[in-house]
Amino acid sequence: MALAPPLLRLRGIGMRFGDLIANDGIDLDVAAGEIVALLGENGAGKTTLMNILFGHYVADAGEIAIADEAGRLAPLTQGSPQAALAAGIGMVHQHFALAHNLSGLENIMLGTVPLFGLRLPRREVRARLKQLIAETGLAVDLDTPVRALSVGERQRIEILKALSRRARVLVLDEPTAVLAPLDAEHLFGAIRTLAARGLAVIFISHKLSEVLALAHRIVVLRHGRKVADLPAEGADRETLARHMIGHALERPEPTAPRAGPPVLELQGVTCGTGRDRLRDATLTLRGGEIVGIAGVSGNGQRGLAGILSGLERRESGRVLICGEPAGATARQMVARGVGRLTEDRHHDGIAGDLTVAENLILERTRSPQVQRHGLLRRRAIRAEAEAAIRAFDVRCPGPDAPIRLLSGGNIQKLLLARALHGHPRLILANQPTRGLDIGATGEVHRRLQEAAAGGAGVLLISEDLDELLALAHRIAVLHAGHLTPAIETARLDVQTIGLAMAGHAAGAFAPIEAAAS
Amino acid sequence: MMEALEIIGQASFWAAAIRIAAPLIFGVLGALICERAGVLNLGIEGIFVAGAMTGWLTVSMGGDLWLGVAVAALVGAALGLLHGVFTVILGLSQHVTGLSITLLATSTAYFGYRVAFPSVTTPPVIEPFAPLNPAWLSAIPILGPALGQQTALVWLAFLCVAVTAFVLSRTPLGLALRAVGDNPAAVEAQGLSVTGLRMGALAAGSALMALGGAFLTLSAFNSFFFGMINGRGWVCIALTVFASWQPGKALLGALLFGAFDAYQVRLQTLAGSVVPTQIFLMLPYLLSILALVLAARRADYPRALMKPYIKGER
Repeated sequence: MALAPPLLRLRGIGMRFGDLIANDGIDLDVAAGEIVALLGENGAGKTTLMNILFGHYVADAGEIAIADEAGRLAPLTQGSPQAALAAGIGMVHQHFALAHNLSGLENIMLGTVPLFGLRLPRREVRARLKQLIAETGLAVDLDTPVRALSVGERQRIEILKALSRRARVLVLDEPTAVLAPLDAEHLFGAIRTLAARGLAVIFISHKLSEVLALAHRIVVLRHGRKVADLPAEGADRETLARHMIGHALERPEPTAPRAGPPVLELQGVTCGTGRDRLRDATLTLRGGEIVGIAGVSGNGQRGLAGILSGLERRESGRVLICGEPAGATARQMVARGVGRLTEDRHHDGIAGDLTVAENLILERTRSPQVQRHGLLRRRAIRAEAEAAIRAFDVRCPGPDAPIRLLSGGNIQKLLLARALHGHPRLILANQPTRGLDIGATGEVHRRLQEAAAGGAGVLLISEDLDELLALAHRIAVLHAGHLTPAIETARLDVQTIGLAMAGHAAGAFAPIEAAAS
Repeated sequence: MMEALEIIGQASFWAAAIRIAAPLIFGVLGALICERAGVLNLGIEGIFVAGAMTGWLTVSMGGDLWLGVAVAALVGAALGLLHGVFTVILGLSQHVTGLSITLLATSTAYFGYRVAFPSVTTPPVIEPFAPLNPAWLSAIPILGPALGQQTALVWLAFLCVAVTAFVLSRTPLGLALRAVGDNPAAVEAQGLSVTGLRMGALAAGSALMALGGAFLTLSAFNSFFFGMINGRGWVCIALTVFASWQPGKALLGALLFGAFDAYQVRLQTLAGSVVPTQIFLMLPYLLSILALVLAARRADYPRALMKPYIKGER
């Protein structure tokens, strides 16, 4: 594969934003039919490099060349998305570039038909797309407005959009960050099909397992530099991780549970609506214990997390926190000693325009540490924020910076600092490492384990089975709103959990459930 | 009571309703085009004034009526582009810029009027557009005479509704306009110019707004007065939300408002001795607020409305 003449060639790409060197002399060749993974931590320069390729930025240094019809490399005009599109470079951004008020068909037609034409060639484009869908397996409803489509469908529209413009190079920026595991599998299948048809694919990711599963070749970036370029065959997680983070991968060491008194008791709890409804759930979580909740998102997680964060009202059943009935509002839950990490940290976790310090104290604005006579104690808040920034290694310009400027990992570290403040007795961690890179993930894991060792009960809701198996002392599975009993992790394996996630109670889950009922 | 209902059957009532609606039709269409592209144009009130003044001035200085219409449209487009320089190219606040354009256009129009006619107390009158009275219409009851009394500019307003609806839903340009008001990054990623589309929408939309003003001086009345626009631009902004940014509903909303307004004038002569006239004057506005409250709850704002797009920024 490496011997094939390159379709795309990047040489010495350099880019800086102020003091930050985002790209430093990066070379990259991609051949037709090749799947190249661009691996690196958040902030390693992957997305910047691809934005340069696509013309969103003009590089400070370096050249881009792409093969013409005859296979000769010709330079590509930089800083022009039009030129990139015309040269056959298609890009699927992490944040999809789709108009939500238009249908998939209309989004794909946008820009591909002459702007001042008198009609929209709906029928012709639809016929062409139907054929493309049949060939690639990228099934999608073309006539529904995008706002009503799932994330997976939107992504397929983005890929179809690029393909319908005769893309020869397809760039996918963190395509699995927003997908459920099953959707990700479908995507991988489609990518393999497309590569077999001669498409060059550049796949940006920071997840080692998917890079190893999909790519032919792996290029690793760290701090803006290319540090490795190796075939995927024969590569292993440890080597890649070392290239990516500069040192060996730290796996969380399983800890022994310290079974204290129950901090959370669910007794026949029903709540939530639609697909995310939790039905008749029963669970006991003790202090010092980490209990994992496995399951594909949308199987009752929102109901379960909503009850514990005070955002969802229960319809029936009892919820006890440390033996006392739980409150019904978010404020009451915080007062009961519940630390919360919400699923969508940007949406539910932070107020983006408020500063780092303000977000940190948002849950306890009535506390005397934060206010006196109704006035905020600015100096005390600032001091506390500075301490939290140091203790949790939050990379940010300072406590007064708007929190929306921070990366996802740093926001999560700050939210962790907020959730762990005052040593909560119960910690709700809902998808705590989704979208985070290895460094930040390790930090979150360490903190949760520390909290458990300190006597708190941790409820870890996650789709990541590796995470659950490494961290949780017991694991329960949510499927279609039904919660299985929590089984000791030592008695479980990936297959058993996977089956239970699909609704088949087998192995360790089967006999106990039978006995319970 | 019966008399109050009989009004609805009169051709003259419907003729007045359409006449009142016509400038609003132009205005709502203009606001709708700008907002579909993601730009709130609060310059509308001032652009109405500028269109009314320049159209009338052109004709009173000896120009043809249609030349007056064209001049008004060009002045409107220029003011729209000025709005765009600040809001689209420089990315400044659309509210503040729009209100500034309104103040600027209004005072410049008044100033221009004083410069042109330094010492007159009553402004010169012109010969406005005449009713078309097409023969084929007279056969239809009520609606026939009501439409027959209308001038060419009213028919132009109806034509603009059809053209706008067609362009928005059926052409590539309309697709791009709808997209740029929802997600400009998507438009950029497809190799189209966000700036170009938005500036174009502002020019076209503002030209239509100016036609709304010109309708008042060249068709509804025959001269230009201070304060003659009297909030019609603001009504258009509200009607745009009522219309959910759809040309067909915009026509309906404008006609509804025109009907309320025409109705209250006739009610005044019926019941003016019992009820203070101010109550009647309030009526169309109260009803538009009510209609807006009902419609706006379901309103689906263009997602990128009032959000400046700066390339390379998230």
